[in-house]
Amino acid sequence: MIEYRAKCSNRFIEGYHRCRKNDLTMRIVVAKPGLDGHDRGAKVIARALRDGGHEVIYTGLRRTPDEIVRIVIDEDAGAVGLSSLSGAHSVLIPRVCEGLRASKMDNVIVFAGGIIPEHDRASLYDVGVRAIFGPGTTSTEILEFLSTIEERSESGDPVGVGEEAGWHW
Amino acid sequence: MSELDDLLVEARSGNRRSLSRLLTLVEEGHNPPIERGIGSSLGITGPPGVGKSSLIGKMIDVWVERGESVAVLAVDPSSPRSGGALLGDRMRMTNADSSDLVFIRSLATRNHPGGLMDCLTPMVAILSECGWDNILIETVGAGQSEIRVVAFADRILLVDGPDRGDIIQAEKAGIMELADLIVINKSDLPEAERAAEAVKSALSVAEDEFTPEVLLVSAHSGMGVEELIVQLENTTTSSERERLRVRERLISAWDSALLTSSKLDDILQALEKGSITLLDAVNSIRKDG
Repeated sequence: MIEYRAKCSNRFIEGYHRCRKNDLTMRIVVAKPGLDGHDRGAKVIARALRDGGHEVIYTGLRRTPDEIVRIVIDEDAGAVGLSSLSGAHSVLIPRVCEGLRASKMDNVIVFAGGIIPEHDRASLYDVGVRAIFGPGTTSTEILEFLSTIEERSESGDPVGVGEEAGWHW
Repeated sequence: MSELDDLLVEARSGNRRSLSRLLTLVEEGHNPPIERGIGSSLGITGPPGVGKSSLIGKMIDVWVERGESVAVLAVDPSSPRSGGALLGDRMRMTNADSSDLVFIRSLATRNHPGGLMDCLTPMVAILSECGWDNILIETVGAGQSEIRVVAFADRILLVDGPDRGDIIQAEKAGIMELADLIVINKSDLPEAERAAEAVKSALSVAEDEFTPEVLLVSAHSGMGVEELIVQLENTTTSSERERLRVRERLISAWDSALLTSSKLDDILQALEKGSITLLDAVNSIRKDG
Protein backbone atom coordinates (compact mmCIF):
# COMPACT_ATOMS: atom_id res chain seq x y z
CA MET A 1 0.00 0.00 0.00
CA ILE A 2 2.75 2.41 0.95
CA GLU A 3 4.60 1.61 -2.22
CA TYR A 4 1.45 2.15 -4.24
CA ARG A 5 0.83 5.52 -2.68
CA ALA A 6 4.42 6.62 -3.17
CA LYS A 7 4.28 5.58 -6.80
CA CYS A 8 1.08 7.51 -7.29
CA SER A 9 2.41 10.66 -5.74
CA ASN A 10 5.59 10.34 -7.75
CA ARG A 11 3.57 9.87 -10.88
CA PHE A 12 1.62 13.05 -10.20
CA ILE A 13 4.81 14.97 -9.67
CA GLU A 14 6.49 13.48 -12.74
CA GLY A 15 3.34 14.12 -14.75
CA TYR A 16 3.39 17.68 -13.59
CA HIS A 17 7.01 18.24 -14.56
CA ARG A 18 6.44 16.49 -17.86
CA CYS A 19 3.71 19.02 -18.52
CA ARG A 20 5.99 21.85 -17.56
CA LYS A 21 8.78 20.62 -19.79
CA ASN A 22 6.56 20.55 -22.84
CA ASP A 23 5.06 23.76 -21.56
CA LEU A 24 1.59 22.28 -21.81
CA THR A 25 0.64 23.91 -18.55
CA MET A 26 -0.39 27.49 -19.06
CA ARG A 27 -1.29 30.33 -16.75
CA ILE A 28 -4.67 31.51 -18.01
CA VAL A 29 -6.71 34.51 -16.88
CA VAL A 30 -10.48 33.98 -17.11
CA ALA A 31 -12.14 37.39 -17.08
CA LYS A 32 -15.59 38.95 -17.10
CA PRO A 33 -15.40 42.32 -18.85
CA GLY A 34 -18.09 44.94 -18.48
CA LEU A 35 -21.34 45.03 -16.55
CA ASP A 36 -22.40 41.47 -17.24
CA GLY A 37 -23.28 39.85 -13.94
CA HIS A 38 -23.48 36.18 -14.89
CA ASP A 39 -20.43 34.03 -14.41
CA ARG A 40 -21.56 30.43 -14.17
CA GLY A 41 -20.12 29.78 -17.64
CA ALA A 42 -16.82 31.45 -16.81
CA LYS A 43 -16.53 29.39 -13.62
CA VAL A 44 -17.27 26.15 -15.44
CA ILE A 45 -14.55 27.01 -17.98
CA ALA A 46 -12.13 27.90 -15.17
CA ARG A 47 -12.69 24.47 -13.56
CA ALA A 48 -12.39 22.66 -16.87
CA LEU A 49 -9.06 24.36 -17.56
CA ARG A 50 -7.84 23.51 -14.07
CA ASP A 51 -8.81 19.88 -14.58
CA GLY A 52 -6.87 20.04 -17.83
CA GLY A 53 -3.76 20.85 -15.78
CA HIS A 54 -3.67 24.61 -16.25
CA GLU A 55 -3.30 27.34 -13.63
CA VAL A 56 -6.37 29.55 -13.90
CA ILE A 57 -6.70 33.02 -12.43
CA TYR A 58 -10.33 34.06 -12.19
CA THR A 59 -10.90 37.83 -12.04
CA GLY A 60 -14.46 37.96 -10.73
CA LEU A 61 -17.24 40.07 -12.21
CA ARG A 62 -17.34 43.52 -13.79
CA ARG A 63 -13.77 44.27 -14.76
CA THR A 64 -12.73 47.02 -17.16
CA PRO A 65 -10.54 46.22 -20.18
CA ASP A 66 -7.67 48.16 -18.53
CA GLU A 67 -7.99 46.11 -15.35
CA ILE A 68 -7.95 42.88 -17.34
CA VAL A 69 -4.79 43.93 -19.19
CA ARG A 70 -3.17 44.83 -15.85
CA ILE A 71 -4.11 41.43 -14.41
CA VAL A 72 -2.65 39.57 -17.42
CA ILE A 73 0.62 41.51 -16.97
CA ASP A 74 0.88 41.04 -13.19
CA GLU A 75 0.02 37.35 -13.40
CA ASP A 76 2.39 36.82 -16.36
CA ALA A 77 -0.40 34.83 -18.02
CA GLY A 78 0.03 33.21 -21.43
CA ALA A 79 -3.64 33.38 -22.32
CA VAL A 80 -6.81 35.21 -21.42
CA GLY A 81 -10.37 33.96 -21.85
CA LEU A 82 -13.06 36.66 -22.00
CA SER A 83 -16.63 35.73 -21.18
CA SER A 84 -19.41 38.03 -22.32
CA LEU A 85 -23.16 37.49 -22.19
CA SER A 86 -24.33 41.09 -22.19
CA GLY A 87 -23.98 41.99 -25.87
CA ALA A 88 -21.06 44.37 -25.30
CA HIS A 89 -18.47 42.01 -26.78
CA SER A 90 -17.81 44.12 -29.90
CA VAL A 91 -16.69 47.03 -27.72
CA LEU A 92 -15.01 45.38 -24.75
CA ILE A 93 -13.09 42.52 -26.37
CA PRO A 94 -11.27 44.71 -28.97
CA ARG A 95 -10.29 47.08 -26.13
CA VAL A 96 -8.64 44.26 -24.20
CA CYS A 97 -6.79 43.22 -27.38
CA GLU A 98 -5.62 46.80 -28.03
CA GLY A 99 -4.54 47.19 -24.41
CA LEU A 100 -2.48 44.00 -24.57
CA ARG A 101 -0.74 45.13 -27.76
CA ALA A 102 -0.10 48.61 -26.32
CA SER A 103 1.58 46.91 -23.32
CA LYS A 104 3.77 44.80 -25.63
CA MET A 105 1.94 41.62 -24.61
CA ASP A 106 1.73 40.55 -28.25
CA ASN A 107 2.27 36.87 -27.55
CA VAL A 108 -0.74 36.51 -25.21
CA ILE A 109 -3.48 34.27 -26.62
CA VAL A 110 -6.98 35.74 -26.47
CA PHE A 111 -10.09 33.59 -26.69
CA ALA A 112 -13.71 34.42 -26.00
CA GLY A 113 -16.92 32.74 -24.97
CA GLY A 114 -20.52 33.41 -24.11
CA ILE A 115 -23.23 34.77 -26.35
CA ILE A 116 -21.43 36.12 -29.41
CA PRO A 117 -23.54 36.01 -32.60
CA GLU A 118 -21.99 34.61 -35.75
CA HIS A 119 -22.10 37.95 -37.60
CA ASP A 120 -19.96 39.66 -34.93
CA ARG A 121 -17.24 37.04 -34.95
CA ALA A 122 -15.21 38.03 -38.02
CA SER A 123 -14.38 41.46 -36.62
CA LEU A 124 -13.21 39.88 -33.35
CA TYR A 125 -10.95 37.44 -35.21
CA ASP A 126 -9.55 40.46 -37.07
CA VAL A 127 -8.42 42.12 -33.82
CA GLY A 128 -6.57 39.01 -32.69
CA VAL A 129 -9.11 36.75 -30.96
CA ARG A 130 -8.11 33.15 -31.77
CA ALA A 131 -11.24 31.24 -30.75
CA ILE A 132 -14.85 31.93 -29.83
CA PHE A 133 -16.72 29.27 -27.89
CA GLY A 134 -20.49 29.45 -27.75
CA PRO A 135 -23.10 27.50 -25.80
CA GLY A 136 -22.72 23.74 -26.12
CA THR A 137 -18.92 23.80 -26.37
CA THR A 138 -17.35 20.87 -24.54
CA SER A 139 -14.43 21.37 -22.21
CA THR A 140 -12.45 18.89 -24.32
CA GLU A 141 -12.76 21.21 -27.27
CA ILE A 142 -11.28 24.13 -25.34
CA LEU A 143 -8.40 21.95 -24.14
CA GLU A 144 -7.83 20.80 -27.72
CA PHE A 145 -7.72 24.42 -28.81
CA LEU A 146 -4.99 25.09 -26.24
CA SER A 147 -2.93 22.07 -27.38
CA THR A 148 -3.23 23.26 -30.97
CA ILE A 149 -2.04 26.68 -29.84
CA GLU A 150 0.92 24.96 -28.20
CA GLU A 151 1.81 23.06 -31.37
CA ARG A 152 1.47 26.14 -33.53
CA SER A 153 3.55 28.21 -31.21
CA GLU A 154 6.28 25.54 -31.21
CA SER A 155 6.45 25.61 -34.99
CA GLY A 156 6.57 29.42 -34.97
CA ASP A 157 3.08 30.05 -36.37
CA PRO A 158 1.29 33.19 -35.16
CA VAL A 159 -1.06 32.67 -32.19
CA GLY A 160 -0.69 35.79 -30.01
CA VAL A 161 -2.98 38.81 -30.01
CA GLY A 162 -0.31 41.02 -31.55
CA GLU A 163 0.88 38.49 -34.09
CA GLU A 164 -0.41 38.22 -37.65
CA ALA A 165 -4.18 37.65 -37.70
CA GLY A 166 -5.70 35.06 -40.01
CA TRP A 167 -5.67 31.75 -38.20
CA HIS A 168 -8.40 31.03 -35.72
CA TRP A 169 -9.92 27.89 -34.22
CA MET B 1 24.49 40.01 -17.71
CA SER B 2 21.90 37.25 -17.69
CA GLU B 3 18.26 37.66 -18.64
CA LEU B 4 17.36 37.68 -14.96
CA ASP B 5 19.77 40.51 -14.19
CA ASP B 6 18.32 42.58 -17.02
CA LEU B 7 14.79 41.92 -15.78
CA LEU B 8 15.75 42.97 -12.25
CA VAL B 9 17.21 46.26 -13.51
CA GLU B 10 14.01 46.99 -15.46
CA ALA B 11 11.78 45.86 -12.58
CA ARG B 12 13.67 48.17 -10.19
CA SER B 13 12.87 51.11 -12.46
CA GLY B 14 9.17 50.30 -12.11
CA ASN B 15 8.49 48.05 -15.12
CA ARG B 16 5.68 45.72 -13.96
CA ARG B 17 6.02 43.45 -16.97
CA SER B 18 9.65 42.73 -16.11
CA LEU B 19 8.87 42.25 -12.44
CA SER B 20 6.11 39.82 -13.34
CA ARG B 21 8.35 37.88 -15.75
CA LEU B 22 11.14 37.74 -13.17
CA LEU B 23 8.78 36.28 -10.56
CA THR B 24 7.75 33.57 -13.05
CA LEU B 25 11.37 32.59 -13.68
CA VAL B 26 12.09 32.42 -9.95
CA GLU B 27 8.93 30.35 -9.44
CA GLU B 28 10.19 27.95 -12.10
CA GLY B 29 13.39 27.48 -10.12
CA HIS B 30 15.87 29.88 -11.71
CA ASN B 31 18.40 31.36 -9.35
CA PRO B 32 17.38 34.90 -8.54
CA PRO B 33 19.97 37.64 -9.14
CA ILE B 34 19.56 38.81 -5.57
CA GLU B 35 20.65 38.06 -2.03
CA ARG B 36 18.20 36.01 -0.03
CA GLY B 37 16.91 37.53 3.17
CA ILE B 38 16.28 41.04 1.85
CA GLY B 39 12.89 42.46 2.79
CA SER B 40 10.27 41.44 5.27
CA SER B 41 6.92 39.83 4.60
CA LEU B 42 3.67 39.46 6.47
CA GLY B 43 1.99 36.06 6.17
CA ILE B 44 -1.80 36.07 6.35
CA THR B 45 -3.47 32.77 6.99
CA GLY B 46 -6.65 31.30 8.39
CA PRO B 47 -9.33 28.71 7.64
CA PRO B 48 -11.22 28.78 4.32
CA GLY B 49 -14.07 31.27 4.17
CA VAL B 50 -13.09 33.54 7.09
CA GLY B 51 -12.52 36.45 4.70
CA LYS B 52 -8.74 36.64 4.31
CA SER B 53 -8.83 37.97 0.75
CA SER B 54 -11.62 40.45 1.52
CA LEU B 55 -9.70 41.68 4.56
CA ILE B 56 -6.53 42.08 2.48
CA GLY B 57 -8.62 44.05 -0.02
CA LYS B 58 -9.60 46.47 2.76
CA MET B 59 -6.04 46.62 4.14
CA ILE B 60 -4.82 47.52 0.64
CA ASP B 61 -7.29 50.43 0.59
CA VAL B 62 -5.85 51.82 3.84
CA TRP B 63 -2.25 51.53 2.65
CA VAL B 64 -3.00 53.04 -0.76
CA GLU B 65 -4.81 55.95 0.94
CA ARG B 66 -1.61 56.63 2.87
CA GLY B 67 0.42 56.47 -0.33
CA GLU B 68 2.13 53.19 0.56
CA SER B 69 2.52 50.42 -2.00
CA VAL B 70 1.41 46.82 -1.45
CA ALA B 71 2.45 43.57 -3.12
CA VAL B 72 0.50 40.37 -2.45
CA LEU B 73 1.61 36.81 -3.18
CA ALA B 74 -1.66 34.86 -2.98
CA VAL B 75 -1.01 31.13 -2.66
CA ASP B 76 -3.68 28.51 -3.45
CA PRO B 77 -3.32 24.73 -3.71
CA SER B 78 -2.71 22.87 -6.96
CA SER B 79 -4.92 19.91 -7.71
CA PRO B 80 -3.01 16.73 -6.86
CA ARG B 81 -4.79 14.96 -9.71
CA SER B 82 -4.39 17.31 -12.69
CA GLY B 83 -1.63 19.60 -11.42
CA GLY B 84 -3.86 22.51 -12.41
CA ALA B 85 -5.12 25.18 -10.04
CA LEU B 86 -8.00 27.59 -9.69
CA LEU B 87 -6.66 30.84 -8.26
CA GLY B 88 -9.48 33.11 -7.18
CA ASP B 89 -8.05 35.32 -4.44
CA ARG B 90 -7.84 38.45 -6.49
CA MET B 91 -11.57 38.50 -7.20
CA ARG B 92 -11.99 39.70 -3.59
CA MET B 93 -9.42 42.47 -3.95
CA THR B 94 -11.13 44.29 -6.79
CA ASN B 95 -10.16 47.85 -5.86
CA ALA B 96 -6.57 46.90 -6.39
CA ASP B 97 -6.40 46.36 -10.12
CA SER B 98 -6.29 49.96 -11.24
CA SER B 99 -3.75 51.36 -8.77
CA ASP B 100 -0.05 51.52 -9.58
CA LEU B 101 0.55 51.09 -5.85
CA VAL B 102 -0.75 47.51 -5.85
CA PHE B 103 0.70 44.32 -7.31
CA ILE B 104 -1.03 40.96 -6.86
CA ARG B 105 0.43 37.65 -8.04
CA SER B 106 -1.54 34.41 -7.65
CA LEU B 107 0.64 31.37 -7.03
CA ALA B 108 -0.23 27.69 -7.12
CA THR B 109 1.52 25.36 -4.66
CA ARG B 110 2.45 23.07 -7.59
CA ASN B 111 2.53 19.94 -5.42
CA HIS B 112 6.14 20.42 -4.41
CA PRO B 113 7.29 17.39 -2.43
CA GLY B 114 7.10 18.15 1.29
CA GLY B 115 5.09 21.30 0.56
CA LEU B 116 8.36 23.17 0.05
CA MET B 117 7.80 26.57 -1.57
CA ASP B 118 11.23 28.06 -1.17
CA CYS B 119 10.63 30.37 -4.13
CA LEU B 120 8.74 32.64 -1.72
CA THR B 121 11.88 33.94 0.01
CA PRO B 122 13.57 35.20 -3.19
CA MET B 123 10.23 36.55 -4.45
CA VAL B 124 9.88 38.65 -1.31
CA ALA B 125 13.48 39.83 -1.76
CA ILE B 126 12.77 40.90 -5.35
CA LEU B 127 9.58 42.75 -4.40
CA SER B 128 11.38 44.52 -1.59
CA GLU B 129 14.30 45.43 -3.87
CA CYS B 130 11.80 46.90 -6.34
CA GLY B 131 10.47 49.22 -3.64
CA TRP B 132 7.21 47.60 -2.55
CA ASP B 133 6.50 48.92 0.96
CA ASN B 134 4.23 46.15 2.25
CA ILE B 135 4.67 42.56 1.10
CA LEU B 136 1.99 40.02 1.99
CA ILE B 137 1.86 36.26 1.56
CA GLU B 138 -1.70 34.90 1.71
CA THR B 139 -2.38 31.21 2.22
CA VAL B 140 -5.27 29.05 3.37
CA GLY B 141 -4.43 27.76 6.83
CA ALA B 142 -6.24 24.49 6.44
CA GLY B 143 -3.54 21.93 7.09
CA GLN B 144 0.08 21.13 7.64
CA SER B 145 1.26 21.95 4.14
CA GLU B 146 -0.28 25.42 4.25
CA ILE B 147 1.34 26.10 7.61
CA ARG B 148 4.61 25.24 5.96
CA VAL B 149 3.95 27.79 3.24
CA VAL B 150 3.12 30.62 5.61
CA ALA B 151 6.17 29.78 7.72
CA PHE B 152 8.21 31.40 4.93
CA ALA B 153 6.80 34.80 6.01
CA ASP B 154 8.62 36.88 8.62
CA ARG B 155 5.54 37.71 10.67
CA ILE B 156 2.18 35.97 10.70
CA LEU B 157 -1.34 37.35 11.01
CA LEU B 158 -3.96 34.70 11.76
CA VAL B 159 -7.49 35.49 10.60
CA ASP B 160 -10.35 33.62 12.20
CA GLY B 161 -14.12 34.04 12.15
CA PRO B 162 -17.06 33.79 14.52
CA ASP B 163 -19.06 31.23 12.59
CA ARG B 164 -16.69 28.33 12.79
CA GLY B 165 -17.82 26.53 15.88
CA ASP B 166 -15.17 25.69 18.40
CA ILE B 167 -11.93 27.63 18.47
CA ILE B 168 -10.20 24.34 19.32
CA GLN B 169 -10.06 23.83 15.54
CA ALA B 170 -7.51 26.63 15.23
CA GLU B 171 -5.45 25.18 18.05
CA LYS B 172 -5.57 21.72 16.55
CA ALA B 173 -4.16 23.07 13.30
CA GLY B 174 -1.10 24.28 15.24
CA ILE B 175 -1.22 27.66 13.59
CA MET B 176 -1.94 29.64 16.76
CA GLU B 177 1.57 29.10 18.09
CA LEU B 178 2.98 30.71 14.96
CA ALA B 179 0.75 33.79 14.93
CA ASP B 180 2.18 37.19 15.90
CA LEU B 181 -1.23 38.84 15.73
CA ILE B 182 -4.74 37.37 15.58
CA VAL B 183 -7.86 39.01 14.15
CA ILE B 184 -11.44 37.83 14.34
CA ASN B 185 -13.10 38.95 11.12
CA LYS B 186 -16.84 39.50 10.59
CA SER B 187 -17.12 41.58 13.77
CA ASP B 188 -20.51 42.66 12.44
CA LEU B 189 -21.83 39.20 13.30
CA PRO B 190 -23.15 38.64 16.83
CA GLU B 191 -20.84 35.77 17.78
CA ALA B 192 -17.62 37.65 16.98
CA GLU B 193 -16.99 39.03 20.50
CA ARG B 194 -17.39 35.58 21.96
CA ALA B 195 -14.97 34.07 19.45
CA ALA B 196 -12.42 36.77 20.34
CA GLU B 197 -12.85 36.01 24.07
CA ALA B 198 -12.43 32.30 23.38
CA VAL B 199 -9.16 32.93 21.52
CA LYS B 200 -7.89 35.22 24.28
CA SER B 201 -8.65 32.69 26.97
CA ALA B 202 -6.97 29.94 24.94
CA LEU B 203 -3.89 32.14 24.64
CA SER B 204 -3.87 33.06 28.31
CA VAL B 205 -3.04 29.52 29.39
CA ALA B 206 -0.03 29.36 27.07
CA GLU B 207 3.36 29.93 28.61
CA ASP B 208 4.62 32.20 25.86
CA GLU B 209 6.23 35.36 27.09
CA PHE B 210 4.76 37.39 24.25
CA THR B 211 1.17 36.40 23.62
CA PRO B 212 -0.28 37.86 20.43
CA GLU B 213 -2.89 40.60 20.52
CA VAL B 214 -6.44 39.70 19.45
CA LEU B 215 -8.38 42.28 17.43
CA LEU B 216 -11.89 42.42 15.98
CA VAL B 217 -12.31 43.60 12.39
CA SER B 218 -14.97 43.63 9.71
CA ALA B 219 -13.78 43.28 6.12
CA HIS B 220 -17.42 43.87 5.17
CA SER B 221 -17.78 47.34 6.71
CA GLY B 222 -14.08 48.17 7.05
CA MET B 223 -14.45 48.62 10.82
CA GLY B 224 -11.22 48.04 12.72
CA VAL B 225 -9.04 47.77 9.61
CA GLU B 226 -7.13 51.01 10.23
CA GLU B 227 -6.56 49.95 13.84
CA LEU B 228 -5.26 46.62 12.51
CA ILE B 229 -2.73 48.39 10.27
CA VAL B 230 -1.52 50.51 13.21
CA GLN B 231 -1.30 47.43 15.40
CA LEU B 232 0.71 45.62 12.73
CA GLU B 233 3.27 48.44 12.74
CA ASN B 234 3.75 47.87 16.47
CA THR B 235 3.82 44.09 16.28
CA THR B 236 7.13 42.32 16.36
CA THR B 237 7.68 38.63 16.35
CA SER B 238 9.12 36.72 19.29
CA SER B 239 12.25 34.62 19.18
CA GLU B 240 10.18 31.56 20.09
CA ARG B 241 7.91 32.02 17.12
CA GLU B 242 10.85 32.79 14.86
CA ARG B 243 12.33 29.45 15.96
CA LEU B 244 9.04 27.67 15.18
CA ARG B 245 8.88 29.17 11.70
CA VAL B 246 12.47 28.26 10.91
CA ARG B 247 11.68 24.77 12.18
CA GLU B 248 8.73 24.45 9.78
CA ARG B 249 10.90 25.60 6.88
CA LEU B 250 13.57 23.07 7.79
CA ILE B 251 11.01 20.26 8.01
CA SER B 252 9.64 21.05 4.55
CA ALA B 253 13.18 21.10 3.12
CA TRP B 254 13.87 17.78 4.86
CA ASP B 255 10.67 16.15 3.55
CA SER B 256 11.42 17.46 0.11
CA ALA B 257 14.89 15.90 0.22
CA LEU B 258 13.39 12.60 1.40
CA LEU B 259 10.64 12.48 -1.22
CA THR B 260 12.99 13.35 -4.06
CA SER B 261 15.72 10.93 -2.96
CA SER B 262 16.74 8.47 -5.66
CA LYS B 263 16.76 5.75 -3.00
CA LEU B 264 13.13 6.28 -2.01
CA ASP B 265 11.63 3.41 -4.01
CA ASP B 266 14.29 0.90 -2.87
CA ILE B 267 13.89 1.95 0.73
CA LEU B 268 10.11 1.62 0.59
CA GLN B 269 10.45 -1.86 -0.89
CA ALA B 270 12.95 -2.91 1.75
CA LEU B 271 10.67 -1.58 4.50
CA GLU B 272 7.73 -3.44 3.04
CA LYS B 273 9.69 -6.71 3.03
CA GLY B 274 10.86 -5.97 6.55
CA SER B 275 14.52 -6.32 5.59
CA ILE B 276 15.40 -2.93 7.15
CA THR B 277 14.00 -0.95 10.06
CA LEU B 278 12.70 2.62 9.92
CA LEU B 279 15.88 3.77 11.66
CA ASP B 280 18.03 2.03 9.00
CA ALA B 281 15.98 3.82 6.36
CA VAL B 282 16.53 7.23 7.94
CA ASN B 283 20.26 6.57 8.32
CA SER B 284 20.54 5.44 4.73
CA ILE B 285 18.90 8.64 3.43
CA ARG B 286 21.06 10.79 5.70
CA LYS B 287 24.21 9.21 4.26
CA ASP B 288 22.84 10.07 0.84
CA GLY B 289 22.82 13.76 1.80
